[in-house]
Amino acid sequence: MRRLLRWLIPLSTLPVLVLLAYGFRSNPRDIPSPLIGRDAPSFTLTAFTGEPISLTAHRGRVVVVNFWASWCYPACYEEAPVLEQGWQQWRERGVMVIGLDIQDTDDKARKFIADFGLTFPNARDVTGKVSIDYGVFGVPETFFIDRVGRIRLRHVGAVTTDVFRTTVERLLTES
Amino acid sequence: MRLAWLVLLLASYMLGPATPGLAQHPARHVDEEQVHTIATQLRCVVCQNLSVADSPSEMANQMRAVIRERLAAGQTPGEVVEYFVDKYGEWILLEPRRRGFTALVWLIPPLAVLIGLGVVTLLIVRWTRRPPAAPTPARLDPAMSERIRREMEAEP
Repeated sequence: MRRLLRWLIPLSTLPVLVLLAYGFRSNPRDIPSPLIGRDAPSFTLTAFTGEPISLTAHRGRVVVVNFWASWCYPACYEEAPVLEQGWQQWRERGVMVIGLDIQDTDDKARKFIADFGLTFPNARDVTGKVSIDYGVFGVPETFFIDRVGRIRLRHVGAVTTDVFRTTVERLLTES
Repeated sequence: MRLAWLVLLLASYMLGPATPGLAQHPARHVDEEQVHTIATQLRCVVCQNLSVADSPSEMANQMRAVIRERLAAGQTPGEVVEYFVDKYGEWILLEPRRRGFTALVWLIPPLAVLIGLGVVTLLIVRWTRRPPAAPTPARLDPAMSERIRREMEAEP
C-alpha cells in the first residue's frame, strides 16, 4: 500500500503537466471556424463607390472575402498590396475579391483604399452583422469561397502571395 | 427612460434586419435584462476574458445589437445563443456545455476532490491506527534506584 501511494502521488500530477504543456504550446488565437465546408453567409452591402455588393451575384466564381480595418497595422497594410495584385492577376480567370471594412470610420477607410490604390470592390460593414455572420474574431481575416458558394478556408492574419495563389489555384481547378 | 427607448428604436431602424428570414417577424418588445443575460454567456471575441455584456468594445456593442434584434424578431434566448455558437463554435460560450468532451471540465474537478478526500481519509485512518505503545517499564523498586544512585556517584 505504501509503495503504491509513493507512485500514485507523483503520477497524479502527470495529467496536470500534460494539460499545461498542451495549453502553453497551442496558439489561443488559432480557433477553428465551424463555417469551413458550409455555405458562405450571403450579404448585400453598399460599396464605397456607391454600387451594391452582393455575394450571391458572384455564385459560380471563386470569391475571396477579406475583412480589414484602417487601424489594423501592420497586418492589413501588408496584405493590401497582395490582395490588389491577386485581384489583378486572377480576375480574368473569374476570381472575385471583396473587401469588407469593419469597426472603422468612413474617411479613414476611404484613405486606406486610396493610399493602396485598391480597385476591387470594398464596402463598410457598419453594423458588424456580416462579420458576426462569418464568425470573425479580428482583422485581418480572409475567407476563400469556392464556386458553389462554400467556405473552404479561413486565413487569420495577413494573406501572403503564397496563400492567395495556392488556395485560388486549387479552387479554380475544381469543377 | 422614454428617451432610452427612443434611442433603441432608432438604433434598431438604423441597423436594419439581420436576415430576410428575421425581418418577416413583427418586432417585439425586448427586455434589456434578457439581452444582458444572454450577453453575459457570450465571450467577447476581441477581448481577453470578458463577456459581451462587460466589454466596451465596438464588436461587443455590435453583438449586443444582434442579440437585441434577434430577440425582437421573436427568437428565444436559446436560439440566439445557438446562432453565436453556430458562427463561432462552442468557444464563444464562457461556460462550457455540460455534455460531450467539455463535460470533462465539469466532471474532473469534483472527481479530483473526491479522490483527494479519499487519500486524506486513508492516511488519517492509517496514522491514527498506530500499534499500541510499548508497555511502560515497571517502576523501579527503591532498592534498585538507590543502587543506581550510588553507582553514579561512585563514578569519577
